[in-house]
Amino acid sequence: MVRLSELPVEELFTSGHRLCAGCGAGTIMRMTLKATRGPTVVVNATGCVEVASTIYPYTSWKVSWVHVAFENAAAVASGIEAAYKALRRKGLWDKHVDVIAIAGDGGTFDIGIQALSGALERGHDFLYICYDNEAYMNTGIQRSGATPHGAATTTSPAGRKVPGKPEFKKDLIGICAAHGIEYAATASPAYWNDYITKVQKGLEVEGPAVIHVFSPCPLGMRFDSSKSMEVARLAVQTRYWPVYEVEKGKYKLNIKVPQPKPLVDFLKMQGRFSHLFQPEFQHEIEALQRWVDENWKRILSLCGETA
Amino acid sequence: MAKIIGLTGNEAIAYAVKQCDVDVIAAYPITPQTIMVELLSEYVYNGEIDAEFVCVESEHSAMSACVGASLTGARVFTATASQGLALMHEMLYIASGLRCPIVMGVANRALSAPLNIHGDHSDMMGSRDCGWIQVYAENAQEAYDWIIQAFKIAEDHRVLLPISVNIDGFIISHSMERVEVLEDEDVSRFLPPRKPIITIDPAKPITVGALCLPDYYFEVKRQQVQALNESRNVIREVNKEFESFSGRKYDLLETYGMGDAEAAIICLGSTAGTAKAVAMDLRSEGKRVGVIKPWVYRPFPEEDLVKAVGDAETLAVLDRACSFGAPFNALCSDVIAALYRHGRSDVKVFNCVYGLGGRDITPADIRAIFNEALEAVQTGIVKEQLKFIGVRE
Repeated sequence: MVRLSELPVEELFTSGHRLCAGCGAGTIMRMTLKATRGPTVVVNATGCVEVASTIYPYTSWKVSWVHVAFENAAAVASGIEAAYKALRRKGLWDKHVDVIAIAGDGGTFDIGIQALSGALERGHDFLYICYDNEAYMNTGIQRSGATPHGAATTTSPAGRKVPGKPEFKKDLIGICAAHGIEYAATASPAYWNDYITKVQKGLEVEGPAVIHVFSPCPLGMRFDSSKSMEVARLAVQTRYWPVYEVEKGKYKLNIKVPQPKPLVDFLKMQGRFSHLFQPEFQHEIEALQRWVDENWKRILSLCGETA
Repeated sequence: MAKIIGLTGNEAIAYAVKQCDVDVIAAYPITPQTIMVELLSEYVYNGEIDAEFVCVESEHSAMSACVGASLTGARVFTATASQGLALMHEMLYIASGLRCPIVMGVANRALSAPLNIHGDHSDMMGSRDCGWIQVYAENAQEAYDWIIQAFKIAEDHRVLLPISVNIDGFIISHSMERVEVLEDEDVSRFLPPRKPIITIDPAKPITVGALCLPDYYFEVKRQQVQALNESRNVIREVNKEFESFSGRKYDLLETYGMGDAEAAIICLGSTAGTAKAVAMDLRSEGKRVGVIKPWVYRPFPEEDLVKAVGDAETLAVLDRACSFGAPFNALCSDVIAALYRHGRSDVKVFNCVYGLGGRDITPADIRAIFNEALEAVQTGIVKEQLKFIGVRE
């Protein structure tokens, strides 16, 4: 894994962006660009990072950066990758360009899943990073296919009858790995060297790679903005967010959690789960705990681990 | 020396694209355009053109990939029709807003519902305000010629806008015609590789597609209006240069018999061919009729059109698409607006909707329209301002 001293001092994602205080996505972008290895183009889907980092005439990006729309970061990346390939072959371009597509969970799990699937199937050489804050935080905290069971959002409110989102989270990495791509991984910004190493790996792969990174959101998950990395760490330590990678189809658990912290520690920190602590909704916490246990067991078994 | 071959409209467009040394083609099949995409993939897979063929999973992704590719400085082509164009709608505005000189072949087809695969202009008319230059070709030859000119117009630094070259679905896309094709070298001389002004070259990083709030958005759009309007001059320049070596003359619009016409038909695409043939017959009978065919629909050739109208007193404007609930349909509204703007509200106009979902328009239909226009010249009265031709009422 990469060491702190090996990271470039230069900041390619600059300060002065307008992301919220404590936003995990800002940290993730900064770390992402610390992992770049040369000429890079970033394609950014519409979302928090996009709107907060490029309010015209300002930009936080010291690499070439393109925003086209919400649902198509992977398709735009396909076009850029294909174009550089053609131009290089024709002698009109002379260097390799790394293409990184970045989208939130809405732009990945929901509206962008088709474009992502198409790009993975076609085998474009690019890295796709989904920063997952588990709802449409940019438009005001609406539920997505990545929102966990029980979480309150503005379209899955903590109702008297239905206490938050009834459905469970999609298995994004399972979907991506099923395309037979060479590299897919999950990560948490609290484990910075794991994440940066994964970005480096994803760029080195010839062909598509996907990284699914937990992105703590003080506003939408409702916790104090000083607690972002704590939430991101607890997500892993409670086994809520297993950190693993799939290399050429082979699963590997990167962070072992032999003695998990109680899931409620993670839930209690976040206002989006506060309604679940009313006695009548206790069973929802149990349901989420069961999902976490089963998901952990499933990942362990895929990784060939026993505990 | 020019070569004469038999090509359908789809084949003519694919052949032209092949000669234009494109770098990226991103497309998705849809009737009646499919053959364009099939042929282009065949050219790429056979090594006849050195391009990347991105076989995307939807038209939305086709245009998205085209935008991305175009931003690198590559020469980019796509093709679509109907539902595919509708699915692209969001991206059409982004392609023009980001000033990507993409060229797109469109085999115009009706929009669902009900589902219909045949030709009309509903698709492109539904996207007429998307900031693209929009050309309508009458036949395979024109489609071939306009595609070659389209790259040159779009990529001109004074323009930098995407262009759609439209052909009537099936009527042109699938009919084989005599097409005079140019030598590869002549096309290469006319159309050297694209020289982009600004690209996303990582050595000189730029931010493209930033969020523009009320303090800047309006200016960006204002510039786009100006660029589209000023593209008329570049189109004319390119037309002249093209004529100088191909011998084929193009302009913003074509006229027939307008020197002394009292009554005229204005229409787009293949129907203009029928209209010219009928006008020729009528003129041989001593009737003073003419035809105006806008080649370029956006930017609308308003000055040329008003000039072409000349002393004609009545115009029948034919629309192959419905603007539901509007006083008139798209082409007719534009014609009336152009006349009004240039102080010619005296010209009598009526609007004929025809050919929806591929319904034929016959020479007899056209003759009846001309006769009605001539009658209005005599009586000074337009009987019906809005008519539906050949429909069961």
